[in-house]
Amino acid sequence: MATQAAPGAGTRLFHPHFEGHDQISARTLGFWLYMLSDALLFTGLFLAYAVLNNPMGAAGGPIATQIVNPVEGMWQTYAVLGSVAAYSLATVALKKGSMVGVMAGIVISILLALVFLGYEVHDLMGLMAQGHGPDSSGFLSAFFVLIATHGLHMVFGILWMIVMLVQIPTLGFSPNVVARLLNLRMFWQFQATVWVLVYVYVYMIGAF
Amino acid sequence: MQVAIQGPWSPLLGRLTLSAIPYTNPILVGTFAVAALIALVVAGAVLYYKKLGYLWREWLTTVDHKKIGVMYIIVGLVMFFRAFVDGLMMRTQQAMAIGPHSPGVLGAQHGYLPPFHFDQVYSAHGTIMILFAATPLLTGLTNVVVPLQIGARDMAFPYMNALSLWLTTAGAILVMLSLFVGDFSSAGWVGLIPLTELPYSPGVGVDYWMWAIQISSIGTTLNAINMIVTIIKMRAPGMGWFRVPVFTWTTLSTNIIGLTAFPILGVVLALLGADRYLGTHFFTAGNGGNLMLYTNMFWIWGHPEVYFLVLPAFGIFSEIIPTFSEKPLFGYTTMVAATFAIAGISWAVWLHHFFTMGAGADVNGFFSIATMLVGIPTGVKVFNWMFTLYRGRLTFTTPMLWALAGLFLLLVGGITGMMLAIPAINYTVHNSVFVIAHFHCMVLLVAAAIFAGVVYWFPKVFGFQLDEKNGLMFFWSFITATAIVFTAMFALGFQGETRRLDYIFNPAWRPMLWTEEAGMMLYLVSIFYFLRMLYVSLRDRVPVASDPWGTARTLEFLTHSPVPFYNFAVTPQVNARDELAWRREHGLDKAQPEAFEPIHMPSNTGVPIIIGMLSLTLGFGLIWRIWWMAGFSLLAIIIAVIIRSFDKNLGYELKPEEVAAMERNLATASIIAEQPARTPLTEAEAH
Ligand code: HEM
Ligand SMILES: [Cu+2]
Repeated sequence: MATQAAPGAGTRLFHPHFEGHDQISARTLGFWLYMLSDALLFTGLFLAYAVLNNPMGAAGGPIATQIVNPVEGMWQTYAVLGSVAAYSLATVALKKGSMVGVMAGIVISILLALVFLGYEVHDLMGLMAQGHGPDSSGFLSAFFVLIATHGLHMVFGILWMIVMLVQIPTLGFSPNVVARLLNLRMFWQFQATVWVLVYVYVYMIGAF
Repeated sequence: MQVAIQGPWSPLLGRLTLSAIPYTNPILVGTFAVAALIALVVAGAVLYYKKLGYLWREWLTTVDHKKIGVMYIIVGLVMFFRAFVDGLMMRTQQAMAIGPHSPGVLGAQHGYLPPFHFDQVYSAHGTIMILFAATPLLTGLTNVVVPLQIGARDMAFPYMNALSLWLTTAGAILVMLSLFVGDFSSAGWVGLIPLTELPYSPGVGVDYWMWAIQISSIGTTLNAINMIVTIIKMRAPGMGWFRVPVFTWTTLSTNIIGLTAFPILGVVLALLGADRYLGTHFFTAGNGGNLMLYTNMFWIWGHPEVYFLVLPAFGIFSEIIPTFSEKPLFGYTTMVAATFAIAGISWAVWLHHFFTMGAGADVNGFFSIATMLVGIPTGVKVFNWMFTLYRGRLTFTTPMLWALAGLFLLLVGGITGMMLAIPAINYTVHNSVFVIAHFHCMVLLVAAAIFAGVVYWFPKVFGFQLDEKNGLMFFWSFITATAIVFTAMFALGFQGETRRLDYIFNPAWRPMLWTEEAGMMLYLVSIFYFLRMLYVSLRDRVPVASDPWGTARTLEFLTHSPVPFYNFAVTPQVNARDELAWRREHGLDKAQPEAFEPIHMPSNTGVPIIIGMLSLTLGFGLIWRIWWMAGFSLLAIIIAVIIRSFDKNLGYELKPEEVAAMERNLATASIIAEQPARTPLTEAEAH
């Protein structure tokens, strides 16, 4: 077999000072895998939404066409994409090693994310005030839980950013901090992607 | 928005009242007494021998993959025993409660278990066996073996590895707690819907079931990430993909399944939780809820989960059969391809669990054919093992016997699975004990593989062999018991006995039920021999060579037994697929590295176990609706994670002289040896 060559003069049995893998690439791969599992989580929620978004799931209450507001959703989309753009500027500053630049980017990113969440809370509260809370029908359950799960991810992202705002000045750009900043970028872009899917599927297609 | 619940509730204790403690039930009081006694003895022994510090420093805070694996296996064995007792209780109830004239004791009309209690027993049995016994046992084995088999020092994320262990343990503790505080779900391990909804299961049972699974499956998901990264990134130099041992391959595929399937379980349980806690209507019987949504989502996880269990078992067979046939594995490439084929198909067959639930002929047809496709790669595997055995120099050690018995179980389980995959047959035997017998052949195959693996790798980890004489008795009694119980069960299935019966209305089934009960007694005998095997081996402790079997083929048997906590003093260079066999063939297997070098190791940390225990209180708070407790725990977990992220965590370094001394006296490097305190590296030294 090709893999079973006989030992020769050059055969090594041990590999002293083997460097092994590099920690940042392992963490990045690990984070990609985590996002894969997160993507499946959202897949499950989209599945439930798709199954329940019909008159039977709505049990006499409204379905998507009657409650979604694509225009408001568009402002939310702008906010989330703006937040991602601000974070990208932070990573550009990271390349230059500028602490102030990174932190400024993160702060703007947080602010825009808060705008996004503000719209979302307003939207959901409004529905509840009209008596369309998550406990009124299968469809509304799926709608609220899908939106709120995404919102919770955004909240955790904000929390993570706040921690980074503390870590950057105290720990500097250590390998750990840089790895976290890079993973956070992926996380943030991923959440924006999920939002775009939500927007397209729930707000745009749902409006018709 | 929180839904109204029946019964009392107070801000301080939630739904918890004194009546939640089943002090009037003699079975549970007895169980509690025994459990408390064991706990006292263990705690007393730890204190008496002054091992508390050792336990904390070397085990509870460890990040060593081998110790974590061993602890997984201990948790798995304890839970295995618990669920076995559940099984024994069910069999005994069915052996007693036959016919309208059968007597009843302990408040039961027939037999000794009232229906509500009986239902909890089977629900706990299934939940535990799948999620808290088989899963941790396999995770434990992969944790111990895979890094050694690929020549790595540890897992890619040692800290996260410990976290996975403690999350799984927290889930297991919750299940155990439900024995003594409150009750467990009585809606089956699959969570029959809408029975699990609040109006029909108003107690805390379903909440125990749901949160225990939820917490432990987060652990499983993290472990899957860890394993995949470890296998992709940490292989020894020279180990290209086509030199990766088959057990590692199956671990990779299984964890890909785990990573993609467990999130769906998480979602479906979370949605059920939303129904129960927030009053939503995902799966309710009215208001737009959809019952089939639950059933589909559960099995979209559930079927891949059964392959999550069986693939590592196949991997274990693929290690053991070549070793004891003294031949390389036949058809390595097809074995790997078959593994991934099975993993892939396992995603497209879930509907075979509910052919009878109203899908049309075309849908049933699709899933029927998809299910039967699994037989092709499985058949490839079976033939590969057979051709490995063919003309091999066979030695029938206990691991080999377990593996061969596993092949028989696979044959029976696989063929009955094929029968079930035909909708026309399925309609007649669905929900009968025929199905139970089918999947028990499969999961007992997994159990056989686990025992095979434990016996096979035990000497590697601890440096002494498990006693073969008692091990053989254990094997024969266990396998004979399996044959007796499940042959009778297949027969009963054909005679129409449905599953989950607390009362047997047809006395004609009595002979078979009593046969099953006799088999259960034989299982008890096997437990005796298992314990005796442990006792004799621990007493005699016959030391072994680095390759205890003399014919092992893979890298883990290259390093010493007991394996030092740093695994390999110097990373080996891989030259062949079966590296050790190749070295032995060329007289190189005794070669040692010429010089030692400093080894960088991660430091222990208490954060994982703290987070694990906080998730236990989080689960407990949620189950009993003690909101302050749940809120506090969640907050504390977040804070612990944040604090940990500030830890610079540079690990420590073993000096070459230290390594040399330990290589000379291996006992000082084994995982049970107590290590001296070592100073962590400073920032300057680390670079
Ligand atoms: C050759 C491969 C297999 C085939 C064709 C197959 C087929 C089936 C079918 C059709 C059912 C549904 C029966 C019914 O409820 O009416 C079933 C149930 C089940 N199988 Fe398999 N199976 C296979 C392998 C496995 C393996 C490897 C495992 C576990 C390690 C397993 C575990 C189970 C379990 C746990 C159930 C029943 C779950 C429940 O309803 O509680 N099967 N199998
Ligand atoms: Cu299945």
